[in-house]
Amino acid sequence: MVVHSPLREQAAPLIIRPSKGWTMLNLQELWQYRELMFFLTWRDIKVRYKQTVLGGIWAVLQPFLTMIAFSIIFGKLVGVPSEGVPYPVFAYCALLPWQLFAYSLTESSNSVVANQNLITKVYFPRLVIPLSTVLAGLVDFVIAFIVLVLMLGYYQIYPTLSSALMLPFFLFLCVCLATGAGVWLSALNVLYRDVRYTIPFLTQVWLFATPIAYPSTLIPEPWRVLYGINPMAGVVEGFRWALLGTGKASGFMIVVSVAVTFVVLISGLYFFRRIERRFADIV
Amino acid sequence: MSDVEIRVDSLSKLYAIGPRALRGQTIRESLAEMMLASFRFFLKPGRDVATVDHARNIWALRAVSFEVRHGEIVGVIGRNGSGKSTLLKILSRITGPTEGMAEIYGRVGSLLEVGTGFHSELTGGENIYLNGAILGMKKQEIDRKFDEIVAFAEVEQFITTPIKHFSSGMYLRLAFAVAAHLEPEILLVDEVLAVGDAAFQKKCLGKMGDLAKDGRTILFVSHQLNQIRRLCNRCLWLDEGCLRAYGPTVEVVSAYEAGMSGVSRQENGGTGQASTGQPARFLQWAIYAPANANSNVLQTMGPCTFKFIVELNRCIRNGHHGIALWNSDGQLMWAWAASKLRLEEGIHELVFTLPGLPLRPGVYHWQVSLYEDGGLLDNWMCIPELIIATEPNTHPSDEWNGILNVPCDFQIKPAEKVR
Repeated sequence: MVVHSPLREQAAPLIIRPSKGWTMLNLQELWQYRELMFFLTWRDIKVRYKQTVLGGIWAVLQPFLTMIAFSIIFGKLVGVPSEGVPYPVFAYCALLPWQLFAYSLTESSNSVVANQNLITKVYFPRLVIPLSTVLAGLVDFVIAFIVLVLMLGYYQIYPTLSSALMLPFFLFLCVCLATGAGVWLSALNVLYRDVRYTIPFLTQVWLFATPIAYPSTLIPEPWRVLYGINPMAGVVEGFRWALLGTGKASGFMIVVSVAVTFVVLISGLYFFRRIERRFADIV
Repeated sequence: MSDVEIRVDSLSKLYAIGPRALRGQTIRESLAEMMLASFRFFLKPGRDVATVDHARNIWALRAVSFEVRHGEIVGVIGRNGSGKSTLLKILSRITGPTEGMAEIYGRVGSLLEVGTGFHSELTGGENIYLNGAILGMKKQEIDRKFDEIVAFAEVEQFITTPIKHFSSGMYLRLAFAVAAHLEPEILLVDEVLAVGDAAFQKKCLGKMGDLAKDGRTILFVSHQLNQIRRLCNRCLWLDEGCLRAYGPTVEVVSAYEAGMSGVSRQENGGTGQASTGQPARFLQWAIYAPANANSNVLQTMGPCTFKFIVELNRCIRNGHHGIALWNSDGQLMWAWAASKLRLEEGIHELVFTLPGLPLRPGVYHWQVSLYEDGGLLDNWMCIPELIIATEPNTHPSDEWNGILNVPCDFQIKPAEKVR
């Protein structure tokens, strides 16, 4: 039996009143609920590969099989240049951040609707839900990354320490972009279920608009900066530059990518917060 | 003033219902709506675009104000759709109010459903952690209480089994066990005890009682009036989103029951008749013993004395007096009669002493009558009604309430050998 003397907290009272318009992000509260976020991430990971034979191997198989398909079609048949590195490692190195992005985007955009049983019954900062799905994607990334390290060893490609240290930055950029886009789409998906049907199409187009199967050097120079408007181009180029030493990370393109990512993330968070209070009523 | 834990001030919630509500709207629809709105805007400049939307609105909650003090258990009653769940949802911040405000002093835990977030693929143990985290427990806290929760749910040997293989009873026990180990200062509970078998319900009620003894403040929605009577000191009656009554449980629940059974509560049921020319008139009735502030509320199980006052304008030679007790469904509980009465002119007290009135708590009506030589002199459906507010000793669910409220002693003994 619970025997705990009730401690009357003399903290400020919780005030509930109608909220209208734009609200603060309240990241402090989000931090207080970090354990819940980790639990939801843990649930997503646990549940994802239940009743599968291969389990966590799928995290590696998905990018790996795509890499094989790309190597055969684009590497061998089409003969896409791969900037002096073997095509398989050239493709796989780009597929990793892409898979992380595409997975997080798809899952988080559907996450709020999928967790409506929670939203209509319990209070917590709603941002916890899309954020936890992005974190779950990160776990897959780490598993698949181990294979990339093995491939680098196999092809005897050794990144310089200084460039490899930039990798976390590009990973962070990727996560921020996935979060920003995911948060936008998850809130929109509550309002308009059409969003769900546009996502497969969106990710497909985005895949080809990103230099994954091909190097961005294929794009003529004056357009390449414009290319940075797609921040995933910056992320993928950054990954290749950091690990394979290909290309020279176009500083300007990276700056554009960072700026766009920042705009998407911040606007997404505020939009989510604005729609959030109506979730329980309309989901 | 200082120990008020929940203060609700003219809280209102408007819901848009009907086809224009946002639920399930697609982009095409809202684009069409926007185009239509702007089109009309150009046709009639200055027109408020918002008025184009003729969503039918209903007030799920309308200007509800009340205060709950520390350690009180407040029952929330009302018909379906009267706003009970909406109130709890606003207080637990799941949805926002449209108007008004609420202040809450203390950590709130809400229990609008048992097993929120349970995942059928995860094991019992995993779900304890998941559900606990969702209900607002810290991992440390769950670690500490894990064994207790498992024991309470009686699922020790299934703790590594995915709960999709659980029976519904096990599922419920596990779900409630987690919820029961929440330690908020203020607990909001919505009808979660309505599920499960009698034994389970009893266990849940016991747990709620323990929480109450711990000094938690509880807001408790239930349709089971018996549970409300048993647990709550105060009661809040919502009717179509408005606060109909808020006060001691006995009074509010009785008023609610009377309202539900359609008994008209007009004053002066029979006493106000013009006395001119009427030979006899019942004036009032009261519980004489045990003495109580409310002379129509019976709170103890033991002997009780009722007094009916009758005024006679002439003497009666061959009188006949009848008394009957009805419950709120119009069922006769008890009746008795006295014949061949000789009464002088004046005011008399008709006093009845019963060894006890073991009826289940609720609203009852006395009916008294006086005849002379077969002719009716007065017949009164007594106002106010008799309210029995004794400790309930009946089955926790309403459908097994029965009529009597008799304390019993229950034992299980080894059977004696049959020779």
